[in-house]
Amino acid sequence: MTQATQGNHAKDPGRSAEAATMTMVTAINDALRSEMRTDDRVVVLGEDVGVEGGVFRVTAGLQKEFGSARVVDTPLSETGIIGAAIGMALGGLRPVPEIQFGDFIFPAFDQLVNEAAKYRYRSGGEYTCPMVVRVPVGGGIRGGHYHSQSPESLFIHNAGLKVVCPSNPYDAKGMLISAIRDDDPVLFFEPKRVYRALKMEVPSDSYTVELGRAKVVREGEQVTCVSYGAMLFEALAAAEEVKAEGIETEVIDLRTLWPLDMATVVESVKKTGRLVIVHEAAKACGLGAELVSLICEKAFLHLEAPPQRVTGWDTPFPYTLENEYLPLAHRIAPALIETARY
Amino acid sequence: MEVQQSHPPSAIASISGKEVFTVLDLDGRADPTRDPGLELAKVERIYKAMLRTRMIDTRLMKLQRQGRVGFHVGAEGEEAAIVAAAAAMEDHDWLMPCYREVGAALYRDMPLQVYIDNMYGNQNDLALGRQMPDHVTGRDQHFGSVTAPIGTQITQAVGLAWAAMLKEEQRAVGVYFGDGATSSNDFHAAMNFAAVFKTPTLFLLRNNGWAISVPSSQQSAAETYADKGVGYGMRAVRCDGNDALAVYATVAEARARAVAGEGPTLIELVTYRLGPHTTSDDPTVYRDKEEVERHQKRDPVKRLRRYLERQGVWSDEAEQAFAAEVDAELKRAIEKAEATPPPSIASMFEDVFAEMPEHLREQQRQCVEGPRARKKH
Repeated sequence: MTQATQGNHAKDPGRSAEAATMTMVTAINDALRSEMRTDDRVVVLGEDVGVEGGVFRVTAGLQKEFGSARVVDTPLSETGIIGAAIGMALGGLRPVPEIQFGDFIFPAFDQLVNEAAKYRYRSGGEYTCPMVVRVPVGGGIRGGHYHSQSPESLFIHNAGLKVVCPSNPYDAKGMLISAIRDDDPVLFFEPKRVYRALKMEVPSDSYTVELGRAKVVREGEQVTCVSYGAMLFEALAAAEEVKAEGIETEVIDLRTLWPLDMATVVESVKKTGRLVIVHEAAKACGLGAELVSLICEKAFLHLEAPPQRVTGWDTPFPYTLENEYLPLAHRIAPALIETARY
Repeated sequence: MEVQQSHPPSAIASISGKEVFTVLDLDGRADPTRDPGLELAKVERIYKAMLRTRMIDTRLMKLQRQGRVGFHVGAEGEEAAIVAAAAAMEDHDWLMPCYREVGAALYRDMPLQVYIDNMYGNQNDLALGRQMPDHVTGRDQHFGSVTAPIGTQITQAVGLAWAAMLKEEQRAVGVYFGDGATSSNDFHAAMNFAAVFKTPTLFLLRNNGWAISVPSSQQSAAETYADKGVGYGMRAVRCDGNDALAVYATVAEARARAVAGEGPTLIELVTYRLGPHTTSDDPTVYRDKEEVERHQKRDPVKRLRRYLERQGVWSDEAEQAFAAEVDAELKRAIEKAEATPPPSIASMFEDVFAEMPEHLREQQRQCVEGPRARKKH
């Protein structure tokens, strides 16, 4: 976490005097606990989430406090977990299912994109599906192909799901509480590379961070760099690196990936005229492709350079060479320089 | 198949796992040792709903052939499995449909106009023309929202029942699906989840012999579909799905067990799809006329009619009078639906999310203000 990011959080409303040092894991746990205490409709279900507290310990202690009826260790079936969670939501609960790894979400793809995403629309609003699917995603933990993927675009492309990806403990807690209170299904992607890598002061009280709002986490005049999740810190590191070359980068943390806060991105690009997008998901049809298209539609005449995407490669996610796959600062900095000087 | 002490001993409990529980013979004579002893007024209500469903199907098939509705998926031959199952549950019990069970919603008093408006996808359609015909939604009837992917409603039904259990509601959930759906991922997951967590779910498996063109024998190598309950540790029973009284007795007993906390039941309703899979299907390609004719002798509507006639509460006159009523209400509903305009163009962008996000507002503007499709809606 850079000073710039932390500094911005100080301006967030609702920040109370009581605070504790938290990782993203403990912040998410805190959010779940806090919502479960105040709203008995909230239930947690998934593989190993109860007794074990999740393979990443995100749900640790919840079963002890709320019992096995509200924190449920399910059989091993993603379509079972999500299908059941949809039924719970239809029945008036606020389920928070966990998919153990984003890479394992695909058996539930049908339930998510054809069912959860479509209930409100296909029933003319008679039925809604308020639930939050928590999903650890991304690389950087030596997980290889089946413990590293970033599947966000697949869910954005199918209308009806909100998709979020916080980058830090403060946002994770506030956005999870917002997501649980949201009346639409939300995919809550948790960058597991950040889970324990970062500690920050997080209010002990309940607070919300509004969904659908990006955040400028570093101000700059020459180039806009948009990122989210774990790669935000690589973008910030690259921005710091190119400062030495005299380049001032504006870094935006998207936070909510869908629906996009394009107003914040457009405003920044109108100022800088230059755009670099960084995400670890593969390049083809990635969120960066959509952002470039939208910027061309909305700010074409402000562009002074071709927008660039620094992303994961269009290969499966590798094990040994994961740091060559990920768009880390060493790949972002040259893109910032090239775009700024174009 | 043990009888729990909390329920009166029933005839169903006395039959073996493979036997098909039957009350009525093909000529409508009830086996007195198995007759659930329903009030005749209730049987008459079930019969009327079955006959009405049959008549509506016949009319909609014709409308589709005339090009007036786009599509229809009928229930010919399966009316008892659908309607009597709904009748055996309480009105506040949820029913999660596949796509052939609108008869259950109509039994629960979904207004005919609501259904016919859905068939036309007009602006009065509750789903605002967003789905194909017959993909109805019926919250007022505790009837889910019809979806086309096979089996997805089954896991959801487990979740719904689970919610009822956690909220300590005296509510069961019946989920309809066909024999084809037993091969789906969701059937497996749902059976497993329901059995593990003892959710009050009734698995209403309409074994109608065919999944479009694939016969039951090729769908599963199990001797019976009820056998599938064994592997999940779930109680499973078989019942003649063309015998309304047998369906009623079987489902009512399973429901009582479910709400008493004794867990789910897989109910194999042995029936037969007399008509095509949908209006898009031609069953002559894959099955013989003789097979269909053989099953017509088991017609559930005629069978229940004979029962009512034997009880002296139904007659040709009653049949004609009721049929005339249904014809008239259908005519009115169809005329009204045909005179109702399509949904507004703007409505296409609503209900994607609770609040319309900026990108959809923008696309809504572009669509509404942009050039119009040349073909009429």
